[in-house]
Amino acid sequence: MKQLPAPSGDLRDYLPAIEPERQVTDWGRSERVEGLLDRTVYEFLYHYWFRCEVEGIEHVPADGGALIVSNHSGALPPDATMILKAVKEEHSRPRPVHLTVEHFFKGYPLFSMLVPKIGGVPAHPANVQRLLHDEQQLVLVFPEGRKGTEKLYKDRYKLRRFGRGGFVEAAMRARAPIVPVAVVGAEESMPVFAQLTALQRLTGLLYVPVTPTFPHLGLLGFVGYLPAKFKIRFLEPIPTDRWGDEPWHDRGLVQSVADEIRARIQEELYDMLAKRRSVWFG
Amino acid sequence: MRVLVTGISSFWGGRLAQALEQDPAVEVIVGVSPEDPTCELERTEYVRVGTQHALLRRIVQAAQIDTVVDSRLIVDSTTANPRVAHEANVIGTMNILAACSGPDSPVRKFVFKSTAHYYGCEQDDPAFFTERMQRPHPARTQLERDIVEAEKAVGSFAERNERVTVTTLRFVNGLGPDLRTAHTALLSLPVVPSILGFDPRYQFIHEDDIVAVLEHAVREDLPGVYNAAGDGVLVLSEVASLLGKPLAPLLPPWGTGLALSALWPLGLKVPPEMINQLRFGRGIDNRKLKAAGVPIRHTTRETVQAFAEQQRVAAIRRGEGEPYRYEREVEEFLRYSPSVRRSSDAPAKLQN
Repeated sequence: MKQLPAPSGDLRDYLPAIEPERQVTDWGRSERVEGLLDRTVYEFLYHYWFRCEVEGIEHVPADGGALIVSNHSGALPPDATMILKAVKEEHSRPRPVHLTVEHFFKGYPLFSMLVPKIGGVPAHPANVQRLLHDEQQLVLVFPEGRKGTEKLYKDRYKLRRFGRGGFVEAAMRARAPIVPVAVVGAEESMPVFAQLTALQRLTGLLYVPVTPTFPHLGLLGFVGYLPAKFKIRFLEPIPTDRWGDEPWHDRGLVQSVADEIRARIQEELYDMLAKRRSVWFG
Repeated sequence: MRVLVTGISSFWGGRLAQALEQDPAVEVIVGVSPEDPTCELERTEYVRVGTQHALLRRIVQAAQIDTVVDSRLIVDSTTANPRVAHEANVIGTMNILAACSGPDSPVRKFVFKSTAHYYGCEQDDPAFFTERMQRPHPARTQLERDIVEAEKAVGSFAERNERVTVTTLRFVNGLGPDLRTAHTALLSLPVVPSILGFDPRYQFIHEDDIVAVLEHAVREDLPGVYNAAGDGVLVLSEVASLLGKPLAPLLPPWGTGLALSALWPLGLKVPPEMINQLRFGRGIDNRKLKAAGVPIRHTTRETVQAFAEQQRVAAIRRGEGEPYRYEREVEEFLRYSPSVRRSSDAPAKLQN
């Protein structure tokens, strides 16, 4: 992540007022599009297809900014939307979750139009800072990024490198807690057996995977998830305001916090996998 | 206060001069421009200068100008050819700054009207640019390069002349009944054209707010760089629905520039700096300006609504009222002839 200048004064009081007539937020998130998907696709996937089981939802703070950090998998990752839905369904005070996405999506037709509408925000440090600190929102990041979603089935549940710790720095700057999340099931819902690099270059997409239904069933196959049982476990929040002023200048500290969070999620995943009897029934 | 306004022929320069004329604290208003003023001015004195503003120093010295408002920057490449724009934006800015510097210069304040094009529009932009941010990639178009260069010159002028309060205002696209830009032209079409598969974020500022912000910068001291935009960022589909027009994704996502150059002769004039805006959109953070106490009365949504209302009656009101034409002899008669009764002598205004 790029270095950001320190925030000047507190400009939170000058955030634009919400205009109730609008259905789209300043980030481009559309109540209408998201609501429609939520009532149909998410509802079905969450309750009937993946039969999501959520633990530790109380670890998501009821107010203030918080950074939710999760493992990431699946060619068209279902984990993001299921975490969104879990906060909406299970939390005592449901709040929208903003999910950070690759800049790629802003540049590719159709994705560019749809991704912001359902809550995607480009993963720019300034965006995360504004959401966490100024707007006091929940932000979901996948520090593995595309390294997580393009990994093959044989590498399932093995966490990739957690970037360069940019997410820790962002949380420290906003003095927002980090809530680690472990998700089990997403790896099996859309296993990736191979990557077609030639096709990826041709289409300019992030990757073109081979899954049980794609590419031989065409675009339809691309959204075909297998009905794996989902388990989402929210872990205890890690406060980021206990290291004094401007701890992000200490790169060593940032890196070690990032490694610690990665280890905790990995540990938790092993624990959940050990207890899981069946991929399909949990 | 003795004010000099460059670009008096532009919409903003003219409107600002009109606003300042109402203020008795402003003793002198001198307007300079290569072209004639386009709006009626009461006591502003107009001096024609070349695009390069080479002889400005003499005017500044002679009239003992203490405040210079540079509202002349060309921010829309449909309005001038690239060579003229470069001349005006880079060489012009350089010469105006030179005219204001020097140990014996009477200038104490310099207000520079810049544009959010300074930030450009790219795929990996932040959702809200703040004043401290720089564009992530070098400028793509000639116009943007010139704007970045002009701002750089203003920045180093501010560093070298600490006695001068330098205000740089980066405005987003303006919208309003009297403003004519590439964007107002695009939004006046029966449909709102867009690039297939993209719904860019857009922010506008009302024309009255542009003038109010400039006026505020003249009256109060606002040292530094400020973003100026209405509150709220809309997506283009929202803009279209506020205008009551369908969004027409007519432009192809690949080869957009090529398609637009084919549409240019047909009258759909989309300048190169606007293509990326139609693709990626842009939002800027106006909180620094608001925190400085500058009133911005219209949100982006209200600005678009006001524009929509004006558009609905535009067809009906067409041809009403002659546009203002500058006639030097008439203006000089009104200003200097002893036969004219001026507003200070008589209660009723005899102009118009």
